Amino acid sequence: MRRILLAALLAVSAAVFLIPAAQADEPLIITLSIKDNRFDQPRLEVPAGKKFVLLVRNLDGKAEEFESRSLKLEKIVPAGKEVKFNVGPLKAGEYSFFGEYHEKTAQGVMVAK
Amino acid sequence: MLAALVIVFREVLEAGLVVGIVLAATRGIPRQKLLIGAGLVAGLAGAALVAVFAGAIADAAAGFGQELFNAAVLLIAVVMLAWHNVWMNRHGRELAADLGRAGSAIVAGEKPAWALSVVIAIAVLREGAEVVLFLYGIAAGGETDGAQMLTGGLAGVVAGGVLSAAMYLGLLRLPMKLLFGVTTALIALLAAGMAAQAAGYLIAADVAPSLGDTLWDTSHILSDHSMAGIVLRTLVGYIDRPAGLQVAAWVLTLGIIVLLTGANSSKPQTA
Repeated sequence: MRRILLAALLAVSAAVFLIPAAQADEPLIITLSIKDNRFDQPRLEVPAGKKFVLLVRNLDGKAEEFESRSLKLEKIVPAGKEVKFNVGPLKAGEYSFFGEYHEKTAQGVMVAK
Repeated sequence: MLAALVIVFREVLEAGLVVGIVLAATRGIPRQKLLIGAGLVAGLAGAALVAVFAGAIADAAAGFGQELFNAAVLLIAVVMLAWHNVWMNRHGRELAADLGRAGSAIVAGEKPAWALSVVIAIAVLREGAEVVLFLYGIAAGGETDGAQMLTGGLAGVVAGGVLSAAMYLGLLRLPMKLLFGVTTALIALLAAGMAAQAAGYLIAADVAPSLGDTLWDTSHILSDHSMAGIVLRTLVGYIDRPAGLQVAAWVLTLGIIVLLTGANSSKPQTA
């Protein structure tokens, strides 16, 4: 009984992790830059109801951690690099984001319309 | 300064809790300190390497190298933790009975301890790399209050270390028999939580389906970025807005570990 249950659990985990996610082709790319510990667009307009890629460029000479609690994004953007985030589809509304290493100045809101 | 303290404190606490549990779980195993020390040193060296190559890692896998790297190291840790629990369950009783004598089971006990030093290395590597990148940014200049922030960061290291040590010492106050059961449960939960985190990274990289973006939202009750939230997230895998796949990974990992250890302990204790 235990063995059967164990085999079933293993099979389910394998299935869950191996189902490839649907890949949309040619995603919409929205760019946001960080300079002097600030975002170039503190109010970033994005489309609602649509998947897109958020490209965060770090133009500063040190790493930043881009983070949004409501969007569940959290990733280090190394100095002078750009990183991608898969976002959405979002419901219309406002989603705040910030740079964790410079939280005082690096604040912004994503507005999904 | 306070901001720097909080950022570093969080990372150190996350790694420190893992180290504390592993230290408690490997109590009584020969060469424990050496294995733990090796894990710490490897983790710190790895953290420095990850920080140096942060740019290359970020660029890898079409821009999702960080997520895949994190998922991979977390899943390695999950396997090591599961292996430890299964092994300890099989040999734990002999080990407890023979404690103080150099029985063969105790010598063989180095096996899972080695697995756990890998877990320590991984925990220190992940959290350490962020601390290194953050502190390097301050040290590299351009901050108006750089010296103050560095002081805050160092205070964060101390505070995180003290709290982790307190949890470890608390575990040590448990009687040996109870300690064994408690660390077994803690390690199973630690593994389930890491599996859920790994699932989160795979979703973020878009290589696994989310199976529901947010199953529930308890961030207004307990944010997983608050201090209590971080402790719960590290210890039992608490996530305030979990995706379906994360919940599935948590349940499956815990279920598999419980079944594996249960299957072993139900066998007669020969070997």
